[in-house]
Amino acid sequence: MKTKFNNSIIKVEDLVKKFGNFTANDHLTFEVKEGEIFGFLGANGAGKTTAIKILCGLSVPTSGKVEVAGYDVYRQTNQIKRNIGYMSQKFSLYENLTIKENIRFFAGIYGMSRKDIRIRLEELLDRLKIENLKNELIASLPLGWKQKLAFSVAIFHKPKIVFLDEPTGGVDPITRRQFWDMIYEAANNGITVFVTTHYMDEAEYCNRVSIMVDGRIEALDRPQELKKTYHVDSMNEVFLKLARVKN
Amino acid sequence: MKKFLGFVKKEFYHIMRDPRTLLVLFGIPVAQLLIFGYVVTNDIKDIKIAIFDQSKDDVTLNLSNKIISSGYFILNENLNSINNIEDIFREGDVKEVIVFEPGFGQKLIKNGVAHIQLIADASDANTANLIVNYTNAIIQDYIRKENRQQKIPLQIEPEVRMIFNEGLKSVYMFVPGTMALILMLVSAMMTSISIAREKEMGTMEVLLVSPLRPAQIVIGKVIPYVVLAFINAITIILIGYFVFGMPVKGSLWLLLAENLLFISLALSLGILISTLANSQQVAMFISMFALMLPTLLLSGFIIPIENMPLILQWITYIIPPKYFIIIIKNIMIKGTGFEFVWKETLVLVGMMLMFIALSVRKFKIRLE
Amino acid sequence: MRNVLFLIQKEFIQIVRDKTMLPIILIIPFVQLIILVYAATFDMKNIDMVVIDMDMSSMSRKLISKFEGSPFFRVNKSTFNLKEANDEMTKDRADLILQIPADFEKDLLTGGKAPVQLLVNAINSTAAGLTNAYSNYVIADFNKNIIAENVNYIAPAHVQMIDVSYRFWYNQSLDYKIYMLSGILVILVTIIGAFLTAINIVREKEMGTIEQINVTPIIKYQFIMGKLIPFWVIALLELAFGLTLGKIMFNVPMLGSLWLLFGFAAVYLLVALGFGLLVSTLASNQQQVMFIIFFFLLTFILMSGIFTPVESMPEWAKHVNIVNPFAYFMRVIRMILLKGSGFSDIAKEFYSLLIYGIILLSLAVWRYRKKV
Repeated sequence: MKTKFNNSIIKVEDLVKKFGNFTANDHLTFEVKEGEIFGFLGANGAGKTTAIKILCGLSVPTSGKVEVAGYDVYRQTNQIKRNIGYMSQKFSLYENLTIKENIRFFAGIYGMSRKDIRIRLEELLDRLKIENLKNELIASLPLGWKQKLAFSVAIFHKPKIVFLDEPTGGVDPITRRQFWDMIYEAANNGITVFVTTHYMDEAEYCNRVSIMVDGRIEALDRPQELKKTYHVDSMNEVFLKLARVKN
Repeated sequence: MKKFLGFVKKEFYHIMRDPRTLLVLFGIPVAQLLIFGYVVTNDIKDIKIAIFDQSKDDVTLNLSNKIISSGYFILNENLNSINNIEDIFREGDVKEVIVFEPGFGQKLIKNGVAHIQLIADASDANTANLIVNYTNAIIQDYIRKENRQQKIPLQIEPEVRMIFNEGLKSVYMFVPGTMALILMLVSAMMTSISIAREKEMGTMEVLLVSPLRPAQIVIGKVIPYVVLAFINAITIILIGYFVFGMPVKGSLWLLLAENLLFISLALSLGILISTLANSQQVAMFISMFALMLPTLLLSGFIIPIENMPLILQWITYIIPPKYFIIIIKNIMIKGTGFEFVWKETLVLVGMMLMFIALSVRKFKIRLE
Repeated sequence: MRNVLFLIQKEFIQIVRDKTMLPIILIIPFVQLIILVYAATFDMKNIDMVVIDMDMSSMSRKLISKFEGSPFFRVNKSTFNLKEANDEMTKDRADLILQIPADFEKDLLTGGKAPVQLLVNAINSTAAGLTNAYSNYVIADFNKNIIAENVNYIAPAHVQMIDVSYRFWYNQSLDYKIYMLSGILVILVTIIGAFLTAINIVREKEMGTIEQINVTPIIKYQFIMGKLIPFWVIALLELAFGLTLGKIMFNVPMLGSLWLLFGFAAVYLLVALGFGLLVSTLASNQQQVMFIIFFFLLTFILMSGIFTPVESMPEWAKHVNIVNPFAYFMRVIRMILLKGSGFSDIAKEFYSLLIYGIILLSLAVWRYRKKV
């Protein structure tokens, strides 16, 4: 498996994003390898969401070189969008549409044919065992289900990379565990996963993590290596050490 | 109380922070007044006409000149045949065709009677009626002057006096109306939307679990709008007075007090709407359809209520701006005191209490 | 292009599913239409009047009954006291006071001239002007009659008279309803169309769903089309409902081609909805959208000539009306329906609106930001 992580699918060099005088991303440089689960860690306000929005083509960098799936974020955002999926921090399926309608809608604007949509929808409903819920309004579902569905929608069109911005905010530990099972499954199917979180236990599930503090990447490695470097037992302690050094 | 003041302050900041909203809030009354003052007039001016003169003698030329130089009309073209009237009207510019019969001048002198036909484009019936009246008045004036030498017996001469508004200024009508419209919109529409917004965003629940009492929340939300609406009312009175010469003949204090009453009524109506609507969109459409158009058309603002069919006249009794406009006209134009408007004031107070009672009931049901 | 269809499909599902908005879109406008058409009439009738007859002669009684007999006036009260009459006016129970002085009949028959005084409540200057005009009709008519009855008093050859006859084309009976109906219909269709479009996009912004659309490869103009078409269809349907209602209830004439009318409406709606779209790309929340649209709507409606002739407006207002879409449609719907105007008569308006619409929609596409 590990041998797979050779080609870089995301390349970021000296990325800077400023809002007025405030520097949200301060010279970020990193690469994400094809097929890996890449954790993007940091406290609230560290600049994670800003970076993810740039990678998704929702926001333009102030300076720096950024390539996603081989395309340039300044000029080729539309090609990028064809190859990525995105699940935002703010929950974003339509509450007054049913599960089926939401999936059909998003798949449709990605340009999938009605036939493909139908086939894959059945697969999905079957896999999640929610055949009986397909005509339920999103509004009527519990939060955990909504988030699982939002993730399913984000990878429905089989993107190369999926960006998840704080996907497990506000859900119980069991649902979080189930959610990570879904992430692994997607990774096994060859989708590169780029996930931001501030739950440090989730960092352990990633192949590699970067830790952001105040707009800067302070550490980037596999979780085991990081723990070794900082002589601690958990990612949580790694993070606390880094944050303390800063402050 | 301190928490409450803090909350009111927050609501104020919320409105003040957005320059677009502020611009519209203060721009609307000013723009409205200017439009009503300068644009929306029923005065006839520069109406395009065509003349079909089959006689072309001194009398018809004189009369045509008199009509064209009156300032009411502009000659678009002289026609040579009656057949193309249809085409001219269809193009839409010409609103009236004046037809002089052949041998007009001769007939007038010989027989004492000559005929003119006025053909008006009555697709706009109101304007057509006015145009024809104006033209006729010019023609009759002409002939009266021609006849001045002669003594005509048996004539009643009406002497007309326009009461309350000698100069027939339209400002007397539109200042009270604009006031009602603006106060209704700013107060009722804004509050209903702003409360519906809290509900839609889910922030209402946060407020409800705060130590503030529900009544305090609602009052806190409306206070900024009371202030804004009151500033609007004063702006309208000032512009009316200084720009358009709209007098305040009665008591200014009474006028302001009645304004405050109407603002409170509109706010309570806004609160009621917000208890019915669960999204801003719904609140807005209800406000729009239930408030704006009726205030424009059923309050006696533009169109006199007496002209309406009986059923609609009954409906106007439940339209709050109707009473407000009566009160304002009494105080500002007629200069009457409270003894002339106490009935209307009482109706407004009653309506306000009813709206409040209904909202409280609705609110309680929801909480249970 | 297929993804636009998915967007349209989704909008329709959401519209139909919203059980509060649906009646607001489908029923309330038409209730309004019916009520307001009846209300918005300058048709003066039942003008309340008070009579002060100080003469009490047969002539004065004849004059009063002439007023009573006309459909415009309703004599509410007779009194000898001017103050009492004025009070009636102050209390809004009378709009006209007719004062006939003593010796009215004597002056009329001996001196040949007799004054009467008309006091008109002039707070509403339009109504006052019409009240004045109608009372002058009644008096002129009265004058004509007494001349005819007492023909031996005068030598007709010396008096010149111009007989003016009227013809009101397209609307012989001066029925205001058919005129107002078309105007109010224009307003309702525009309000529904522009507001729904504008609010729709801003709502997606507020709810965060727009971000999910922004990460898809959908192209800007496709997104705008997907948002435009559903409300464009709804607005055209509303127009069709409204016209049907007008035909059934008010027998509105439809002299021109309905195809032409709908063709024009289709172009007009590009402007109205394009405006809504443009506003929605500029605003960040629904409140702002409502304020901005509201401000323009109110201004444009009043300037469009719905109540008052556009010709009488000052020059600058006519210039403002060049960018006022209401003014175009208000004029054209009446031309087509009531006068049967053809395409050549409205070509100028048609092309102007077409260009206007393209400009607004391009601006909306340009202003719509998929990224910040």
